[in-house]
Amino acid sequence: MLKRMSYSSFPEDVLEHVFSFVQSDKDRNAISLVCKSWFEIERWCRRRIFVGNCYAVSPRMVIRRFPDVRSVELKGKPHFADFNLVPEGWGGHVYPWIYAMATGYPCLEEIRLKRMVVTDETLELIAKSFKNFKVLVLSSCEGFSTHGLAAIAANCRNLRELDLRESEVEDLSGNWLSHFPDTCTSLVALNIACVGSEVSFSALERLVGRSPCLRTLRLNRAVPLDKLANLLRRAPQLTELGTGAYSSDLRPEALSNLAGAFSGCKELKGMSGFWDVVPAYLPAIYPVCSGLTSLNLSYASIQSPDLIKLVSQCQNLQRLWVLDYIEDSGLEALAASCKDLQELRVFPSEPFGVEPNVSLTEQGLVCVSEGCPKLESVLYFCRRFSNDALVTIARNRPNMTRFRLCIIEPRTPDYLTHQPLDTGFGAIVENCKYLRRLSLSGLLTDLVFEYIGTYAKKLEMLSVAFAGESDLGLHHVLSGCEGLRKLEIRDCPFGDKALLANAAKLETMRSLWMSSCLVSLEACKLLGQKMPRLNVEVIDERGPLDSRPKSFPVEKLYIYRSVAGPRFDMPGFVWNMDEDSALRLS
Amino acid sequence: MERLVSFESHHDHDLNLKATELRLGLPGSDEPEKQTTSSVRSNKRSSTKISQESNTNNSSVSDDHEDCAPPSKAQVVGWPPIRSYRKNTLQAKNKSEREVGGAGIYVKVSVDGAPYLRKIDLKVYKCYPELLEALENMFKLTIGYSGSDYAPTYQDKDGDWMLVGDVPFHMFITSCKRLRIMKGSEPRGLGSCVGQDMKV
Repeated sequence: MLKRMSYSSFPEDVLEHVFSFVQSDKDRNAISLVCKSWFEIERWCRRRIFVGNCYAVSPRMVIRRFPDVRSVELKGKPHFADFNLVPEGWGGHVYPWIYAMATGYPCLEEIRLKRMVVTDETLELIAKSFKNFKVLVLSSCEGFSTHGLAAIAANCRNLRELDLRESEVEDLSGNWLSHFPDTCTSLVALNIACVGSEVSFSALERLVGRSPCLRTLRLNRAVPLDKLANLLRRAPQLTELGTGAYSSDLRPEALSNLAGAFSGCKELKGMSGFWDVVPAYLPAIYPVCSGLTSLNLSYASIQSPDLIKLVSQCQNLQRLWVLDYIEDSGLEALAASCKDLQELRVFPSEPFGVEPNVSLTEQGLVCVSEGCPKLESVLYFCRRFSNDALVTIARNRPNMTRFRLCIIEPRTPDYLTHQPLDTGFGAIVENCKYLRRLSLSGLLTDLVFEYIGTYAKKLEMLSVAFAGESDLGLHHVLSGCEGLRKLEIRDCPFGDKALLANAAKLETMRSLWMSSCLVSLEACKLLGQKMPRLNVEVIDERGPLDSRPKSFPVEKLYIYRSVAGPRFDMPGFVWNMDEDSALRLS
Repeated sequence: MERLVSFESHHDHDLNLKATELRLGLPGSDEPEKQTTSSVRSNKRSSTKISQESNTNNSSVSDDHEDCAPPSKAQVVGWPPIRSYRKNTLQAKNKSEREVGGAGIYVKVSVDGAPYLRKIDLKVYKCYPELLEALENMFKLTIGYSGSDYAPTYQDKDGDWMLVGDVPFHMFITSCKRLRIMKGSEPRGLGSCVGQDMKV
């Protein structure tokens, strides 16, 4: 006789123990849907939450459902904020979250924020509210100064990570680093690369010296090269190093001193920094090259021959970020030496130049796609491309998961045939069945969107600029891409029809951004009224919305799903299109 | 237009009068800048035009301002998609070789009493009158040196606060770190006699 398994007869702590092995958010969410008792048990033992859009839910709702969280990750502004398309003051303020969590999560240990506005007041609140605070990661954040950092340094006794990657910090004093007490010896990661001014070097040296667990150290440009050797000798256990300025007066003993210090760092896996590189000092890192898996040379204006010498020694390289000085010849060398390469990013040295200043073309990327079987993530800026090259890349690398191509001049056609690049990108989406992220560029018609809608079933994020011909393009994407979470569009002739016809789709996505398109105010209002679980926000800096005809296109549109309703912190140039707001407008 | 006329009449002023002359080239170049705006590119005109008009940081891109040089490619906001900190790094590197019209310089602008900061790209402006007009449009106020409460000030590389207009424009844009439009009597304390000369 088969006994029916009764879920309620399982002791709670057994279930909780089982759940503790399940870390992924998706799986945790699935567990919580099994039955009421699992929902209850799961919510009490969830320790880590990720909120991809800080306005999708309110802090109060989160704290109510998950009462004992130790790690929070939040994201604020839309991605296009990175390129100055989101006006200052738009939002993304983290203070309300910190304020709520100060009482709701006193045991909070980790806060990770991306594209949020973080004030000194916020940092001070963090510093005094969470007794066991360990990790602060501020990625592309802004709104704070070195005073706020001083508060964190002074008060977080068990701080393990302070990572300010790519944030904007107002420099009021370099002394903030001295606020780390002598008793603070727990640092594992310190990233101050984005801090503009000089920090007190002796404080830095002493801090590094008393942090035996330090594994990641990313210095800022102000730390001179002649101080690097001493720092390295104090931290030979480093696995990730970001240098400061990599230039100095040429002295042979300084070079061998530095090389000696690098030789002592036997566990170094990743390097970055390299501002103002003097090529003659590059040999200092040769001792560690063979162990490197990650190399960020995107600030290093060194020419192809020096780059070739360097990468040829990094046979275990998995990730390379570099300027287009590497040229096709350098990428050829990369393809020959670095068979483990998974990610390549090539940035433009002169993005606004009219003529190409380097010999970097589609050939370089084709070469790497041929030579590096594990290549799956690409960001490539160049000035010309062809459908043939895209088809070749697609056939070489069906394992591609992230493909971002930026042909610098908008609407550039295939340089060989002068045709749109529809076929090429079509080949990418058709062959690369696991593609999660795609950025398009070049001359593109509605056809490319038909390919994307047909083939890109695993696509999660799509970025489109200066492409398409009609609403049909947008319709293909919204109706075809089942896994789409984020869609960002600028300067495309997409209007009301596709948007309104696919309104329901928008609730299955995190967000949609459209700027300089052809969506009318009227359509925005209609969408806002029809879809209560979407926040339809119109961003328009030209003045009050009713001063223009309803058929006039809005400047910028940001639509995101939310269970929190319209947000309360919209500045004067942002309007929510829900029923109440819409009534106020007309 | 009247604004331009009054600036021109102060010949011994540091305001780099050449910038206010009617000409096709950017200041510093002798021949007309190549017309590279994407507006000439295709019949898919509408979205580019919208993009130019929605470039709210730049009041001079629209067609009515014929007294300024036509915008070069660099004026499309946020294109190519590169983070500002990368652009600023390249700027420092290429300073000696780049002609005016290269990478943007983004600075924050605050106005006393206004709740939010703005960011503008200084590279977009060719002369002080253009910059001031853009600021006036952005914040909906009159910036004048007499007869108005607001005066434009900036913080330079050394951290000092100066009144806008003290130095030649091309020097200003390379040394300006942020802008603050001050209200009230403070600006007069900055001590520059420029205040009286720059009548709006």
